[in-house]
Amino acid sequence: MEKISREEVRHVAELARLRLDPQEESAMTRHLNMILEYMEKLNEVDTSDVPPTTHAIPLENVFRSDQVTDSLDRDRALANAPHSDGVNFIVPKVI
Amino acid sequence: MASVTHMTIHELREALLAKKLSVSEAVRAYLERIERLNPHLCCFLTVTADQALKDARDYDNSRKDLTASPLAGVPIAVKDVLCTEGIRTTCGSKILENFIPPYDATVVTRLKSSGAVLLGKTNMDEFAMGSSNENSAFGPVRNPWDPDRVPGGSSGGSAAAVAADLCAAALGTDTGGSIRQPASFCGIVGLKPTYGRVSRYGLVAFASSLDQVGPMTKDVRDAALLLSVIAGHDPKDSTSVDHPAEDYTAALEAPITGLRIGMPKEYFMEGTDPEVAEATSKACRIFRDLGAELVEVSLPHTEYGVAAYYIIAPAEASSNLARYDGVKYGYRFAEARDLMTLYKESRSRGFGAEVKRRIMLGTYCLSAGYYDAYYRKASQVRTLIRRDFTEAFQKCDVLIGPVSPTPAFKIGEKTDNPLQMYLNDIFTLPASLAGLPGLSLPCGYTSAGLPIGLQILGPHLGEATVLKAAYHFEQATKTERQTPPVPETA
Repeated sequence: MEKISREEVRHVAELARLRLDPQEESAMTRHLNMILEYMEKLNEVDTSDVPPTTHAIPLENVFRSDQVTDSLDRDRALANAPHSDGVNFIVPKVI
Repeated sequence: MASVTHMTIHELREALLAKKLSVSEAVRAYLERIERLNPHLCCFLTVTADQALKDARDYDNSRKDLTASPLAGVPIAVKDVLCTEGIRTTCGSKILENFIPPYDATVVTRLKSSGAVLLGKTNMDEFAMGSSNENSAFGPVRNPWDPDRVPGGSSGGSAAAVAADLCAAALGTDTGGSIRQPASFCGIVGLKPTYGRVSRYGLVAFASSLDQVGPMTKDVRDAALLLSVIAGHDPKDSTSVDHPAEDYTAALEAPITGLRIGMPKEYFMEGTDPEVAEATSKACRIFRDLGAELVEVSLPHTEYGVAAYYIIAPAEASSNLARYDGVKYGYRFAEARDLMTLYKESRSRGFGAEVKRRIMLGTYCLSAGYYDAYYRKASQVRTLIRRDFTEAFQKCDVLIGPVSPTPAFKIGEKTDNPLQMYLNDIFTLPASLAGLPGLSLPCGYTSAGLPIGLQILGPHLGEATVLKAAYHFEQATKTERQTPPVPETA
């Protein structure tokens, strides 16, 4: 059975802010099905009562003192912006 | 004296300190070789020749002290996923083609303060996603041992540059094998440290719970030397391990008599290329002859590593790569009239096929209704994989096995089948998921003359033991070492 339909691929692309042309869409559907089919393998493993690992090394919260330190100045922060007015990042009108 | 570009870091340092060679001569030798061979091998995306020559002159004019720091005057290459202030950092992606970072990654700062001379930035799979370097937006790197074959990935540019003597050593990064596998395919030494041992600050994120920076070098001593420079706690990376760094060269020569070397039976099963399997078994015998004790162990969840990794890493990537929106930096589709079109078109035109595939896969695995079945399940299996290692390390000090089930494959051989490409990572992914240090070093050659890598894994923060085992193996097999048949003029 198909794990992910072309319809769902379109929906996920929308969530990921990607536009796939029809050719990409069909290749993506084929490849994701192939990969997700393989992922079924994980169901062979009994994971009841197994806690998930999100971090390989045990780590407590890491805090620093609430002190103001140097940060990137505006000119340098804007230097890579594809479009700015020297003060702001410029985007197409939103509202 | 060996040819300048063929020297290891420690040989080059000796020659420089003995005044047999000036830093300018060394740098010029590398630049000349890069100019000649890089058009063919495609290892470097950016060569920082002017700055390198200037740094060299500073040493030769005694404006900088050659004796003061461990890497003084040593020409080093850095993977193009590590930020370098004022030097283009592309991540092998069209979306960052013109990105010039305003700051240095912590590892780059450390290289500079230890006196290294930056030669340039090396090619890689886009955003470090790939095992062959074919996913670079700037063309594939070629394997110096056979230009029709891949150098491995994603740190393929760094691996090939070290193998072809285009730099003394390089930095790579490893998320699921991206240092170890290209090191194996190119016949060099590559070390992925324990997760958190080296700062990730300024490493452009792929999968944040797995990414790690490490040395790619011509021999084990160099790997120890370079690791000693880059390792250590960094307040700018909250996941960096707060544990003092060591001088990893100090313990290299300590005897390995009685060292317990585990052979995970899952790493010695059918399915591995016969020549790789034979070279790995031979390596076990060499260790036994060196006085180590071989122990059979089991890592029963090995076969689930690929599935778990290729859910977890893409899930993290889909989140990390959301930042490429055409607004703050990177490629922007300038004709967009509304914000959604700006996002979609900038991303769709900027990212390559594999990056899109992983963003899609990750987004799907994290989306409502699928999170438990995929992401949560994979994270639970990750726990079981970690436990396998914890148990194995109760019976042994290090583990050995192959790095990759095959030697370097042909360019184009696996590009139509992403799953087949992923399955090739079976032996490197589990240690990544468990956050363990892993090293690859040459242990033989196929009949076609391709290098084969041996993988040595250690427990958390066990780099010194891994390096010691590797050093003894290297010393015992030194006479068998070959160099790639790189044409002197390409």
